[in-house]
Amino acid sequence: MIKINEILKILENDARTTPAKIATMTGKPAAEVSKAIKKAEKDGTILKYKTIVNWEKAGDEQVSALIEVRVAPQRDVGFDGLAERIYRFPEARSVYLLSGTYDLLVLVTAKTMHEVAGFVTQKLALIEGVQETTTHFLLKRYKEDGEILAGGEETKRQPLIL
Amino acid sequence: MPRRKRDTTSQRVNQIAPSGIRRFFDLVASMEGVISLGVGEPDFATPWHIREAAIYSVEKGYTMYTSNLGMPELRQGLSGRLRKEYGLDYDPATELLITVGVSEGVDLATRAILDPGDEVIMADPGYVSYSSCVALAGGKAVMVPTHQKNNFELGADDIEKKITDKTKAILIGYPANPTGAVMSRDKLEKIAAVARRHNLIIISDEIYSSLVYGVEHTCAATLPDMKGSTVLLGGFSKAYAMTGWRIGYAAASKEIISAMFKIHQYTIMCAPTMGQVAAIEALKSGDDSVSEMVSDYNRRRLFMVKGLNKIGLPCFEPKGAFYAFPSIKATGLSSEEFAEKLLIEEKVAVIPGSAFGECGEGYIRCCYATSLDDIEEALKRMGRFVKRCKG
Repeated sequence: MIKINEILKILENDARTTPAKIATMTGKPAAEVSKAIKKAEKDGTILKYKTIVNWEKAGDEQVSALIEVRVAPQRDVGFDGLAERIYRFPEARSVYLLSGTYDLLVLVTAKTMHEVAGFVTQKLALIEGVQETTTHFLLKRYKEDGEILAGGEETKRQPLIL
Repeated sequence: MPRRKRDTTSQRVNQIAPSGIRRFFDLVASMEGVISLGVGEPDFATPWHIREAAIYSVEKGYTMYTSNLGMPELRQGLSGRLRKEYGLDYDPATELLITVGVSEGVDLATRAILDPGDEVIMADPGYVSYSSCVALAGGKAVMVPTHQKNNFELGADDIEKKITDKTKAILIGYPANPTGAVMSRDKLEKIAAVARRHNLIIISDEIYSSLVYGVEHTCAATLPDMKGSTVLLGGFSKAYAMTGWRIGYAAASKEIISAMFKIHQYTIMCAPTMGQVAAIEALKSGDDSVSEMVSDYNRRRLFMVKGLNKIGLPCFEPKGAFYAFPSIKATGLSSEEFAEKLLIEEKVAVIPGSAFGECGEGYIRCCYATSLDDIEEALKRMGRFVKRCKG
């Protein structure tokens, strides 16, 4: 039996790795690997294959902000109902429920600061149940999803070592 | 009377043949765009938490000599590790010595036990420093051929045939550089039986002990009644990706360690302090990083071995270290010719097996501690090359 987690680890590192290559790397038959991947895609273990882009380098700068949101949880649905009302907005790239001094953390990405401000003041803050927001604009990205964006290290090996 | 003119350098050093592939090394260094499978170390940098611990220690002023034997905390940590891993009890005060890599360990062990003319039995092919260290210690290396058909394992019967009244020790190094071979416990037990019968010491270089795939490593000192007459050499370089820190250790009887210590204290003083601090951190919390690196190596190992077989370079399955050792005999080239032509024509660097002994002729060493993309590209280039050779 092939362990799906082993396949996931390889794909998480490089989503373009072909089933044939994964099969070689794990010593399992390619058909079995393909089947396991299909199953993971179907049952939502694999959500999507994406690319980590350094947009700054692409010359297309984006503005991002992390917004702390304090909310009053609603009867029956608790935090989930409010979270849904927030995550439905495409501007909200990620939404998390947290422990601590505030409840939800929303990552917003837009073209300009103005757009972010508009989303917060005209949409987010007006949702019923949202009590308070604190917006932190992102100044610099150092590491994204485990990848160091700039000044990553280069290991220097001697070309031949016995 | 004028003094007789003598050689400037000693006969002991002169008898060591200069490395035959020095020229090859220079050639690689002068070329651009080479993919190197000729490296003998991890491609990972040392895990950050280990580096961070060393940086902190430097800031705190840990810049002096340590105890000659090595930092007590490190020796205690190692003693605990050997107990936990193998059930072996080594007294950190008298039976453990921190060395400058296993390289120093091999040097100390051979110098500590050999008298002029004493013989040490070892496998051919084998790691390059073994026979030279024996020669520099005044001894004589006695090579036992090993072959692909036996998975490059050292045979107890073959060893026994080479024993003379000068034989003092058997030097083994499994998992092996350059072949990637491992030794099963029952085969090692047969070697141990030979050692016991003839009162021989076993020097066991176990630097690659953590890098095994689907098999369990057998520590030579755990073989029945062998702990007292085994010099166990290990280190941090390969498992924790710490080659540049130069930290290894020797574990042996009090008698042997104190003899090795005599040489160590006058020639080395102590292993590098920062390296020792880093090693303490590695022992404390480096195991997760090791198992992650091992599963990564394993994927590349399977990829490399399958790829080599596919392009017509038959390769037995290496179950340890990070080397594949395919046969190139079908190309009709010697291993040096193969390596040089491959480098010039396709810009892939490998190590000719002949660098590791006569029995390495007809083979090349390919290290798979290299990015998967590079392995894939190297295999492509090698495939083209092999096709042309067989033409």
